Amino acid sequence: MVLSTSILLIIALAPLAGCLIAGLLRHQVGRVGSHTVTIAGLALSTALSFYVLYQLVWGGAQAYDENIYTWFQVGHINASFGFMIDRLSALMMAVVSFVSLLVHIYTIGYMAEDPGYQRFFSYISLFTFSMLILVMANNFFQLFVGWELVGLVSYLLIGFWFKKPTAIFANLKAFLVNRVGDWGFILGIAAVLYFLGTLDYATAFAGASTLPGKTLAITANTHWDAATVICILLFVGAMGKSAQVPLHVWLPDSMEGPTPISALIHAATMVTAGIFMVARMSPLFELSSTALSFVMVIGATGALFTGLIGVVHNDIKRVIAYSTLSQLGYMTVALGVSMYAGAVFHLMTHAFFKALLFLGSGSVIMAMHHNQDMRYMGGLRKYMPITWLTMWAGSLALVAFPFTSGFYSKDLIIETVGESHRWGANYAYFCVYLGVFVTSLYTFRMMYLTFHGKERFSVDHHLDPHDEHAAHHHPEVLPHAPKESPLVVTIPLILLAIPSIVIGYFTVKPLLFGNWFGNSIYVDPANNPMAEIAEHFTNAAAMGLHGISLLGPFGLVVLAFVIQTYIYLFNPVVADRIKRLLKPLWVVLDRKYWMDDIQYGLFASGGRWLSHVFRRVSEGMIIDGAMVNGTVHRTHDIARGMRRLQTGYLYQYAFAMIVGLILLLGAYLLFGPMLAAQ
Amino acid sequence: MFNHLLSLLIWLPLAGTVPVLMAGSSRPNLARWLALLFMVLTFVASLFLLPQYNADLGGMQLVEHHAWASTINVHYNLAVDGISIALIILTTIIGVLVVAGAWEIIKTNTHQYMAAMLALESMLIGVFCATDALLFYVFFEAMLIPMFILIGVWGGPRRVYATLKFFIYTFLGSICFLIGILYLYSKAGTFDLHTLAALPLSMTEQSWLFGAFVLAFAIKVPMVPVHTWLPDAHVEAPTGGSVYLAAVMLKVGTYGMLRFILPITPDAGMHYMWLIVVLSLVAIIYIGYVALTQEDMKKLVAYSSIAHMGFVTLGMFIAFVLVRDLGSVETARLGMQGAVIQMISHGFVSGAMFTCIGIMYDQLHTRIIKEYGGLVNVMPWFAVFYVLFAFSNTGLPGTSGFVGEFMVILASFHMSAWVAFFAAFTLVIGAGYTLWLVKRVMWGRIHNPHVAQMRDINKREAFVLTVFALMILFIGIWPQPLVHLTDSSVAQLVQQLAIHKL
Repeated sequence: MVLSTSILLIIALAPLAGCLIAGLLRHQVGRVGSHTVTIAGLALSTALSFYVLYQLVWGGAQAYDENIYTWFQVGHINASFGFMIDRLSALMMAVVSFVSLLVHIYTIGYMAEDPGYQRFFSYISLFTFSMLILVMANNFFQLFVGWELVGLVSYLLIGFWFKKPTAIFANLKAFLVNRVGDWGFILGIAAVLYFLGTLDYATAFAGASTLPGKTLAITANTHWDAATVICILLFVGAMGKSAQVPLHVWLPDSMEGPTPISALIHAATMVTAGIFMVARMSPLFELSSTALSFVMVIGATGALFTGLIGVVHNDIKRVIAYSTLSQLGYMTVALGVSMYAGAVFHLMTHAFFKALLFLGSGSVIMAMHHNQDMRYMGGLRKYMPITWLTMWAGSLALVAFPFTSGFYSKDLIIETVGESHRWGANYAYFCVYLGVFVTSLYTFRMMYLTFHGKERFSVDHHLDPHDEHAAHHHPEVLPHAPKESPLVVTIPLILLAIPSIVIGYFTVKPLLFGNWFGNSIYVDPANNPMAEIAEHFTNAAAMGLHGISLLGPFGLVVLAFVIQTYIYLFNPVVADRIKRLLKPLWVVLDRKYWMDDIQYGLFASGGRWLSHVFRRVSEGMIIDGAMVNGTVHRTHDIARGMRRLQTGYLYQYAFAMIVGLILLLGAYLLFGPMLAAQ
Repeated sequence: MFNHLLSLLIWLPLAGTVPVLMAGSSRPNLARWLALLFMVLTFVASLFLLPQYNADLGGMQLVEHHAWASTINVHYNLAVDGISIALIILTTIIGVLVVAGAWEIIKTNTHQYMAAMLALESMLIGVFCATDALLFYVFFEAMLIPMFILIGVWGGPRRVYATLKFFIYTFLGSICFLIGILYLYSKAGTFDLHTLAALPLSMTEQSWLFGAFVLAFAIKVPMVPVHTWLPDAHVEAPTGGSVYLAAVMLKVGTYGMLRFILPITPDAGMHYMWLIVVLSLVAIIYIGYVALTQEDMKKLVAYSSIAHMGFVTLGMFIAFVLVRDLGSVETARLGMQGAVIQMISHGFVSGAMFTCIGIMYDQLHTRIIKEYGGLVNVMPWFAVFYVLFAFSNTGLPGTSGFVGEFMVILASFHMSAWVAFFAAFTLVIGAGYTLWLVKRVMWGRIHNPHVAQMRDINKREAFVLTVFALMILFIGIWPQPLVHLTDSSVAQLVQQLAIHKL
């Protein structure tokens, strides 16, 4: 059985069609028309994506790898649009289209009052199209196309509320930081073409065995291993897109965009593109343990240290954003220990529970009249029970509570890192282990501050709900009591809560221990820490029971739970006391390790300073001042001097003639005999 | 008719100047419609080049030979290959758009403005068709006249400084070029480019000729450090002049390089290749930084043009190393192809950017960035186009701006990872200056009350911008037709690079 090209084309193009109709004909189709057409397109894509996944897993379909059309052909160098559909990409397609579909539905409620309603639907459909182009690619060129297009849509969506100064600062920052990553990424692609002579995945992977021994001359005496160069350059791209330290600074700021896109783009799908890409490139990464160590160390650093920031922040979306950074770090660590399947598994579970947490926080934000500061929330559980319960489901998955989906994906990553002997694995193990404690700290804190404890807001019915000024200055006063969100919001929450809890239980065994990914992921058997784990693994239930042990990571979860329950439910003053006690640490975290400030000062302010210097000195003074206009002025000067000779006085001319005659005669008398002698 | 298609293309717009001028200043509408008619006719005629030209065969086709001054062996020789055809069609499309764009904007001496545009188009097509060096020189020089008039008459307040700088600068280059071809004539007894390409020349001769040609064409491109005339000329030029200048006239410089430097002085080219590569990288990075904090939108886009043209010169000159030192004909072709596509793409992108600036200027009468802000609130459709063009300027995939840069970066990695490293910095700095411009002009709240009074684009402006957008998207989404059109010509150029003439 062969997958049909037209089905794959429909999966990719249906969201694009929805985007174009909702965007270009926004006045003709109206609000209802725009969400109907985009959701219909997405539903079609989702259904067919699941059909394709079904066919690959149970229908006996062969993996698909065909070019659709030639983008350019120069000699043998070919860049085409084409699809590689195997279990890895099919799983990604299913996750992307499913989460996107739910986000589309949720948006009907969340953006109901927004004047840019149609534009928003157009953008998120365009995003889905771009993301599908990225995951379905069968070559590096198309990968880069999708990679850049999701960056474009991310830019448009972060800056969706284009009047907000913080939003248009954040979207520019996001795009530029991503472009720094893409700088490395395109060089990685160029290196692939240089060493392997092709942009096609299958051909490149087949030729990967020729890489060992090849080197790239960096200076006359320095030669770097080809595979290491390729992989690190490609990973620099992933560091941008998947927000790895130090290119992570754009992600928390991206929260300036509407919440549905925080869920879709900045949690579930786009930021995982880097993880997917490295998994896809596993045949190349397996050739360089140096590159993998680099990946692991970067990921581990992010997993622990960005999570810590989340413990002190008060903006509900930013806390979840830092949590996303931390979880992306876990996935990256998994890649670094050659546990590609585990990274993709955590990617999938994270997509569900993080999208859930974001959409839940959006539901809270709606109820709080667009206040996101958790200091003015509290006790919301009785106003919005569905949001409360579903967010607990997501939170349990996030802290890796046994039997939830996050437990299976995260605990296995921690265990596998423990088995790894790769350089840096000890550091990574420390980070991911301690990270569990940090994750639990900020997660329970967020849940308590939002849903439990005393209400820290009041209701004033005389307040004008559309008065932005009052809302800005008195976020604790609401025009009417918070209420549960409409069905279009709560149904996606419920639909995401189910997989957040159960999907790990049902899929952990086949996905991680059943060679489910087949040929789409390659792990060097000589260096596979998963093999050790597989020997102990019997089934999901046993693993869950085993996970309840307080001696493992679960102990840290319980410890964090006890601490936060005491602080936030019974004795809130302790929080302030700890804050005062650990003031320096608190400042470090509150300032986000000064990473944003350093990068802004160095690159943004520094770049502008350099620009001014270039404009004044080299452009203004040297080129235009000295060279161009200088030539003009010298010409002027010479002309003025020459003009002075033309005085028009006869006696001056006569004098000049006499002087000239004397000089000539003198020269003749002096040099004449000498010339004659020769 | 097809035997003289090239002559028709050259002289049809020039013939059009007569009725347009006869319409006189009292009947501006007649002049507009006549100019549009001739531009459209030329465009339609240029489309006939595509079926007439055999892209698989390559080489110079649609040849026309006529004696001109046969006593001194100067001929009216015309012929085109894929690269010239692509540039000619770019020129004729821009011609239509420039006339449509200037429609009711140019109110004084409309007939003369339109006539100057037609004359300019005629000379530009002539440059791309000429295969006789002296004929090339005549067109090369003659195009300065209409441009000089365009800036000098319809230009801004500092137009005299700008026109003189523009004229003297380019004229300086032309003199060098003239000396160069006269020397070649003294050796070969002919100006025929085909013969000159086959002429054996010593390294000394080649080096001097290389120097003369590089100076001539580098000024036109322009390359650092002979680039400062361009921002001044752009700032003072009327919109149509800017569009023609950026979209087509700059390409005359790089076109001249690939017609003269590559085939006539390949050994000197190889020897001094590093100089051009370094200057191209300087253009990409240094000019990018210079563009970043410009206060005038036109200056910013003018500097961005210089940076983008850096990819054209880079793609052409890395081909020397690729084909000679590494024997990698295919990557040399990739780099060269990237250069050619970048020429066409930049024509559309820069033309579109300058058109947009013109549309804003017509309403607010300023090009200073900080006077704008929040334009999307009052001009939502305009914003769609503006953002599209801006992203094309940053080399976003799916738009034409990506294609050439992608090819050149990929090819340059074969020469040296460092060259690719510096070239690829355009991803960051190009996005930096372009999107910061977009942020300050388009997004945010309106702070200037005059901006609040601005209206969105009308049908005429929408037509012009739509054509630009369609071309940019077409080349970005499916560049293969353009690649196919120019591929065999590029392959032949690369072959010529490999020939040692010493």
